[in-house]
Amino acid sequence: MLKDSDRIYQNLYGQQDWRLPAARARGDWDGTKDIIARGRDALIEEMKTSGMRGRGGAGFPTGMKWSFMPKQSDGRPSYLVINADESEPGTAKDRDIMRHEPQKLIEGALIASFAMGANAAYIYIRGEYYNEAQRLQAAIDEAYEAGLLGKNAADSGWDFDLFLHRGAGAYICGEESALLESLEGKKGMPRMKPPFPAAMGLYGCPTTVNNVETIAGVPTIMRRGAAWFSGLGRPKNAGTKIFCISGHVNNPCNVEEELGIPLKDLIEKHAGGVRGGWENLLAVIPGGASMPVLNKEMCDTQLMDFDSLAAVKSGMGSGAIIVMDKSTDVVKAIWRLSKFFKHESCGQCTPCREGTGWMMRMMDRIVQNKASLADIALLEQVTTQVAGHTICAFGEASSWPIQGMMRAFGPLVRSRATDYQPPQNVAQAAE
Amino acid sequence: MAKLTIDGIEVEVPNGSTVLQAAEAAGREIPRFCYHERLSIAGNCRMCLVEIEKMPPKPVASCGMPVSDGMVVHTDTEMVRKGRRGVMEFLLVNHPLDCPICDQGGECDLQDEAMAYGRDHSRYDESKRAVSQPDWGPLVKTTMTRCIHCTRCIRFTTEVAGVAELGATQRGESTQVGTYVQKALSSELSGNIIDLCPVGALTSKPYAFTARSWELRKTDSIDVLDAMGSAIRVDARGAEVMRILPRLNDDVNEEWLGDKSRFAVDGLKRRRLDRPWLRENGKLRPASWEEAFAAIAAKVKGLAPEKLGAIAGDLCDAESMLALKDMMGALGAANLDCRADGAVFDTTNRAFYLFNTSLAGIEEADALLIIGANPRHEAPVLNARIRKAWLSGGLKQIGVIGPARDLTYPAEIVGDGPGALKALVDGAHPFAAALKAAARPMIILGSGALARADGAALQAAAWALAGQAGALRADWHGFNILHHAAARVGGLDLGFVPGPGGKSTRAMLGGGVDVLWLLGADSVDVDAIGADTFVIYQGHHGDAGAARADVILPGAAYTEKDGTYVNMEGRVQRGYLAVKPPGDAREDWRIIRALSAYLGHALPYDTLEQLRAHMGELNPLFAANAPFRRLGVSDGVAPSADGVALGEAPFAPLLKTYYQTDPISRASPTMAACVAAHAPALAEAAE
Repeated sequence: MLKDSDRIYQNLYGQQDWRLPAARARGDWDGTKDIIARGRDALIEEMKTSGMRGRGGAGFPTGMKWSFMPKQSDGRPSYLVINADESEPGTAKDRDIMRHEPQKLIEGALIASFAMGANAAYIYIRGEYYNEAQRLQAAIDEAYEAGLLGKNAADSGWDFDLFLHRGAGAYICGEESALLESLEGKKGMPRMKPPFPAAMGLYGCPTTVNNVETIAGVPTIMRRGAAWFSGLGRPKNAGTKIFCISGHVNNPCNVEEELGIPLKDLIEKHAGGVRGGWENLLAVIPGGASMPVLNKEMCDTQLMDFDSLAAVKSGMGSGAIIVMDKSTDVVKAIWRLSKFFKHESCGQCTPCREGTGWMMRMMDRIVQNKASLADIALLEQVTTQVAGHTICAFGEASSWPIQGMMRAFGPLVRSRATDYQPPQNVAQAAE
Repeated sequence: MAKLTIDGIEVEVPNGSTVLQAAEAAGREIPRFCYHERLSIAGNCRMCLVEIEKMPPKPVASCGMPVSDGMVVHTDTEMVRKGRRGVMEFLLVNHPLDCPICDQGGECDLQDEAMAYGRDHSRYDESKRAVSQPDWGPLVKTTMTRCIHCTRCIRFTTEVAGVAELGATQRGESTQVGTYVQKALSSELSGNIIDLCPVGALTSKPYAFTARSWELRKTDSIDVLDAMGSAIRVDARGAEVMRILPRLNDDVNEEWLGDKSRFAVDGLKRRRLDRPWLRENGKLRPASWEEAFAAIAAKVKGLAPEKLGAIAGDLCDAESMLALKDMMGALGAANLDCRADGAVFDTTNRAFYLFNTSLAGIEEADALLIIGANPRHEAPVLNARIRKAWLSGGLKQIGVIGPARDLTYPAEIVGDGPGALKALVDGAHPFAAALKAAARPMIILGSGALARADGAALQAAAWALAGQAGALRADWHGFNILHHAAARVGGLDLGFVPGPGGKSTRAMLGGGVDVLWLLGADSVDVDAIGADTFVIYQGHHGDAGAARADVILPGAAYTEKDGTYVNMEGRVQRGYLAVKPPGDAREDWRIIRALSAYLGHALPYDTLEQLRAHMGELNPLFAANAPFRRLGVSDGVAPSADGVALGEAPFAPLLKTYYQTDPISRASPTMAACVAAHAPALAEAAE
């Protein structure tokens, strides 16, 4: 188990005050000036050595992402955009950071922006997080008043402005390029890549989009050193991560733990165990709604880090662990996710626009015992026609839950098949 | 340049090209729905998937993928075919299979690609989406259930037409393309979205359910309803022109066409003059050609030549104007004018009345002054070119002298009348400095301004301003006249202007001549024609000129004859006969040739070829295969104001409405519906 002293978020549960003085007492804004004095290259190098991988879901190495930003401006400004559009079902980690540890995020924004040569950063917060936005804005105001933001921020010699922007409630705006479109005032629809945001992002300028948890972890890494961070976790999966455990557990919670912790430990030690005991476990979705589901057999030995989960064709995602016990109809649970993805598809590109609806309807028929074995085979094939053919990763996000269900619960799903025949509307119409 | 391999074929394409463009350069066809060369890249249909080596093992949309050196692309692998088949299946999931009742049938991209990538049956057993049909006005018919959300129409109206009226509302499966608040599209280029729509979601409303594309006889021709000389294709069935579509000509209209040029086609079969008419006792009666010729001969024989005059109208072909000029010459008459709008200006040098920068040259300009013209109405496709130049960032300064109006690009109002032009010439207005600072400044003088009493002075002043701004150089000619009449430049090039001692249009009206020949001249002020003047109207529609005529000779409309037209930039182009003229109507030059023989002055040509050879001798510009050349300025000659002083009155719009400007569009019910659709706002404002 992670030692308390190794936790980045000392106030994750809001037991202490969130305001600036209390945050300072926890160590925030301690020597920020000296960190920035190390220079851009040193900071990016530190980030690379720390082995931090993006906490938003894709797990891209953060230091490397930062290094894609231009060293010399061609006249265009650079921007840091912080993705606080935490919409992945089951995920609520950024929410606790923003309401209980906002100064970590703000300080991280300053350090990261300096490392990327950005004088301005935007936090795009999920529209439903109204109270969180209010609090974060209050924290930003506090930081401005204390001289930690604005001209010569934190006495570092770096001018830095931080803006908070509320979204309007679309899941797809958590996709980085759709987020940028939305931030620019357009309809939130993902952009084609290339060009990547580091070359052409917000307002056509070099931009890096990072998750809240990634940025909020930066100040601690800089203070305690890359070696400390990379010493936690497993090789190539360094550091700590906030897991959001929900569903059929006795004590649903957010908890910061080392990457690579066994899933069983996480659930048993932090979430009070599965309702009715470990043997009552049916399935776990390990990384938010878009990640393939695991059955109990997989869960018994599963380690929670990027590479271990990828090895079982699932994923770390946002770290939202959704636990389902044996009272669950797993097909219906996945159907509900399909319904969610159908509702949230932006409709820009064909496979996702048409495919999500088709998948949802076929899932619906399986739930209602109105699908044949051929239908189930067709559903599986349709998922492969969506994934990998779309502009953004939504195609994968909407297909993977179904593919995961087929892998983990194939016999169960097929047992739901009937010799159902659709009504012969066509023949009737022709008569 | 980047070198890449496509299906084993090595091609070299400019950096920044897309893989799709490179594939086309290699001769590989890539299916696409959303991609269009002249619109921004959306990448949303996902039909153009290809496989690129050394990239993540998934298909890539080639339309948005920039090329890089050494790329190896495969356009026909199992992965590519599977991807495209999948996309096609998804497109058809919610696309109604109503091809038998769809006007796009036979020319539908979705149909064509389904032949290559579609299944023989549908695997989709669920309910299909249905969408209501919004009303976008009298031109574009919507069947949005068929929409595949390629967003070409949205991108066209936003980018090219410059009216942000279309967009996508809702999201996912429920996405709908539309205007949100129901309204008629206000663009003069709205018809182009019908061509752009790859499926039958947007079709032509007037053409609905009238013909199938494979029944139509297709004839390449030239549009005459404005002075652009846009390339068109006339689709006819039997004796009827069913529709007109634009053809590709990058130098002129790219691939766009104004709504009037496209939709006025139903005016071609209404109010037609299909037999000669004679006025007897104040009333027109049907007559035979013999009677009509006899009546003309009775008036013309023995008439003093200075009492005989001819005015050529806006839609005339060069051949008929030359034949009329030759006949008038044979009769000794010098009263000729092709400027039916009454304009008088210096025509001694071709550069004085041409759009010298050329239409394609607009894109090179970096500053522009528009004087007394509304290009959005007078030549909408040209206006789109100006917008394109502005959008690309090259054209930075745009000034307008005239009333403020939405030109689809921002323009500074320099003034409202000739006074502002004078201020610019004197350097008193700051925009003069902007013109001077520009490397390639352009000045556009409208034909409406030129038709004013002070037209010659405006022409001279605009030329002087162009000279001061450095727009008159050997490598850049920035002086332009924006004509509205398709026949005008051809008439001027043929010298259809008053000869020595001859009268101009205004002098011929008001009793200046005893016999007046109106060759399709409906834009003359017929009320000003002297009460005793004997009027011969030769033309194709019962319009203003025919109403005043004493003899009517039925001619052919532009779709009914082989004719030569010179557009505003001086480009000589030929239109071709698509259908025969109705009834007893004849090609215009033949009528004049026949009458000349009747009058005893037979013209020296019996065939169109002989007439054209004669035309080429008269002016080498009309010779077969004469190349188009942009003019530069090498001598110091300038148009003379001829003693006319600049007036005071502000510039007034040339056209009251874009939709009804000539006999054909005035006869068109579709154009009338357009006027009505856009009138309520005007009527409300007046109340």
